[in-house]
Amino acid sequence: MKRIDEFSERRKHLQYMDDDQLREYFWELTQKVVEPLLKLGYENTSPSIERSVLLRMGFSSIEAKPIVDEALTRGLLSHGAGNIVYKLAKRERIGIREAGLALANGQKWDEAVSLFSEAL
Amino acid sequence: MKPLEPNKKLDIEQILQDLKDYHPKRKGWAWREPAPNLTLGPFTYKDVSKPLPGKSVPLMSAHNFNNVDPQPLPVITTEIASGRFEDDIRRMRMAAHHGADHIMVIRTAGQSHFDGLIEGSPQGVGGVPVTRKQVRAQRKALDLIEEEVGRPINYHSYVSGVAGPEVAVMFAEEGVNGCHQDPQYNVIYRNINMIRSFVDACESKKIIAWAGMAQIDGAHNANATAAQAWKVTPELMAQHAINSLFSSNVGVLKTNICLSTVPPTATPGPCVYMDLPYAVALREFFREYRMRAQMNTKYIESSARDATVTHVLNMLVSKLTSADIQSTITPDEGRNVPWHIYNIEACDTAKQTLVGLDGLMEMVELKKEGPLRDNAREIQERAVLFMEEILEIGGYFSAVEEGFFVDSGFYPEREDDGIRRAVDGGVGAGTVIKRAADYMAPVTAHYGYNNVAQYDPNAVDDPALLIGGCTFECPDKIIFIDELDDTDNVYVRMEENKQYRSGKLIKPEMEWMADGVVHVNLFFPTDRRIAEAAAIQAGKRMNLTDVAVVSREIMQESEGTRVEITGKFPFDIDVTKLVIPPEPETLSDEEIKADISHKPMTVVCATVGEDEHSVGLREIIDIKHGGIEKYGIKVHYLGTSVPIEKLVDAAIEVNADAILASTIISHDDIHYKNIANIDRIAREKGVRDKLIFIAGGTQITPETAVKNGADAGFGRGCKGAHVAAFLVKKRNSV
Repeated sequence: MKRIDEFSERRKHLQYMDDDQLREYFWELTQKVVEPLLKLGYENTSPSIERSVLLRMGFSSIEAKPIVDEALTRGLLSHGAGNIVYKLAKRERIGIREAGLALANGQKWDEAVSLFSEAL
Repeated sequence: MKPLEPNKKLDIEQILQDLKDYHPKRKGWAWREPAPNLTLGPFTYKDVSKPLPGKSVPLMSAHNFNNVDPQPLPVITTEIASGRFEDDIRRMRMAAHHGADHIMVIRTAGQSHFDGLIEGSPQGVGGVPVTRKQVRAQRKALDLIEEEVGRPINYHSYVSGVAGPEVAVMFAEEGVNGCHQDPQYNVIYRNINMIRSFVDACESKKIIAWAGMAQIDGAHNANATAAQAWKVTPELMAQHAINSLFSSNVGVLKTNICLSTVPPTATPGPCVYMDLPYAVALREFFREYRMRAQMNTKYIESSARDATVTHVLNMLVSKLTSADIQSTITPDEGRNVPWHIYNIEACDTAKQTLVGLDGLMEMVELKKEGPLRDNAREIQERAVLFMEEILEIGGYFSAVEEGFFVDSGFYPEREDDGIRRAVDGGVGAGTVIKRAADYMAPVTAHYGYNNVAQYDPNAVDDPALLIGGCTFECPDKIIFIDELDDTDNVYVRMEENKQYRSGKLIKPEMEWMADGVVHVNLFFPTDRRIAEAAAIQAGKRMNLTDVAVVSREIMQESEGTRVEITGKFPFDIDVTKLVIPPEPETLSDEEIKADISHKPMTVVCATVGEDEHSVGLREIIDIKHGGIEKYGIKVHYLGTSVPIEKLVDAAIEVNADAILASTIISHDDIHYKNIANIDRIAREKGVRDKLIFIAGGTQITPETAVKNGADAGFGRGCKGAHVAAFLVKKRNSV
């Protein structure tokens, strides 16, 4: 919607603020804008975040991708891709890389699913 | 690898060897170290940084001052991304020697929509595919280059697109020092789903914070997109604020959060008058953050001169306010992907301007009342109103859906032409997943809910303990992928131009090894259309291929047009077959003095013809300029505009050993005609064999002077010592 420049009308409540007050008010407003965005990040995850977790756990990009894709398909990604690898490694008493590579190769997914259905 | 040697080319093949096991020697951003009241040569500087202890290339005129090379206080950026990272490495070294300490790598077109990391070393378009191998190779090269120049060099690329967190991890692992990260950029300019962008951004920024990287936002793109760029200033403040505070809340230090800010206006507008209040308004509101002063690219044209003036005006605004990082857009960016020489020109433009303006703010100050203050306050108030309306309408996502951003009205004016995105639309829509109660990620620098306690309460503050440390603590855990494509990789490209890498065969080059590209400046005394066609014809007749016009400038619509063309020079030059004249031999001051003391020498000197220039000749003669007088040579200086015959007669009269003739005016080759006339008259008078005849002048080349009858010619850059050495040697050889 087009709108004419209503600056002189809209600024009335700002005109008596000194420069510092105006600045503080600007940052208060900004904090209100960013808070829900930060909450969103706190409560959610994404395929890229989960692949980035696997990279940090010592997997290559080529290994990380099929793990996240399959976790998504099987509805497990909400637990965390790293969690799947970690829990599987613990349960099977194998190394982190061994567990992840098995998952990357399409193996041990049924075990992974059962690990997390126990938790629910 | 061994340290670099300035007189040896960087060995790209060696850089590529053993990359698998290479880890960067440091992490995090490095600012320059201030050196207030630094004295270099005859000058004292007020706001420069520590000079480079290693090798660097000073500004051209520095040879007058013992090659002093003052370095401005802001970090100087240069953007290098030709599509072939192996060739860019050489350019990075050149740029570092010209004062750049922030090397920014633009990504190949389309990388932001690539859902994952790209691996290997494919060639890019309009940028470089940013991969672990490419990053590791360039960081490895920069680790050597920074040791060579003696200052940390910040390496930088982009943490944006749908694979932001993965790219951030790779950058943190590989020692990348700075990055662009701004979820708003994804949303508005890359049409990536806004929920996905902000969720990913939390993770990316957490990683950026861990790695101590400097972060640059993407707000400047609104300038580049809006038709009248200065009208988006209130929105720009809102965009900067959202990204800055969002980043700070995630944990990035405010002193590492940099606003990418552009003076929005350009000539022919009164741009400093319009841009300065905005610069002030911004720096007041964001005084805790850092300023990355970007150049105005919105109005960049194909003239390098035009772009350079805009660049300098932008830096005047930087100087009058502040800049922590000074960008340098290459002056050829308006016509092609930047070339080597223009990266260097832009770095030099920044260094020259900032050094030239050194200490300015000790002498001037910005007025506290009047239009500067009033306009700055107005922009601030408009920005506050913008932020208020974002909240009124329901928050950031609603504002984007309503087309709040990049509207060309001066807010609160609205033209209703902003960019609109749907909250459930865009690339990656619907891919965000709510974390379950047992969600867990056993790694460092992970943002948000993380139920580590279910496994080990002791690992809550250090989740990577669960796996004995992640790649951030244990770099040996990083898996390096070399190449995935047998046909598109660095080895294939280097094999194709292998014959040029030894240095035996060379070709002109603008961006890639042996690309053959040349750039020719032409003037035709005709109108634009004929001149363009004529320029292409001229290029073809010069044997160039792929001739294209890259710039045209009307001198007067019928009298003449300047045209710049590019083309490819299709021949190799065999260095071993070049005839290279020997460097002029010099003698030490002591040797010259001893010779003159043993056998005195007299010379007559004049500027000949109708020519009033005297500075050059006086510098060659005068003792105070280190001229030939200091060696004890007796000088008869006849002045300027001296007729040639009078000069020869004077030499006969004082029984001179030599004639020094200065001839500056070069129109219609008058300088060479003067030389030939002196030679002829001296012969006619029967004294030529007894006299050493030296010609000098800014347009003189030694070979042509000799061809026209002089014993030697001295051009630009020559000193008294060179002339005296020649006189002594020549006299002794007769």
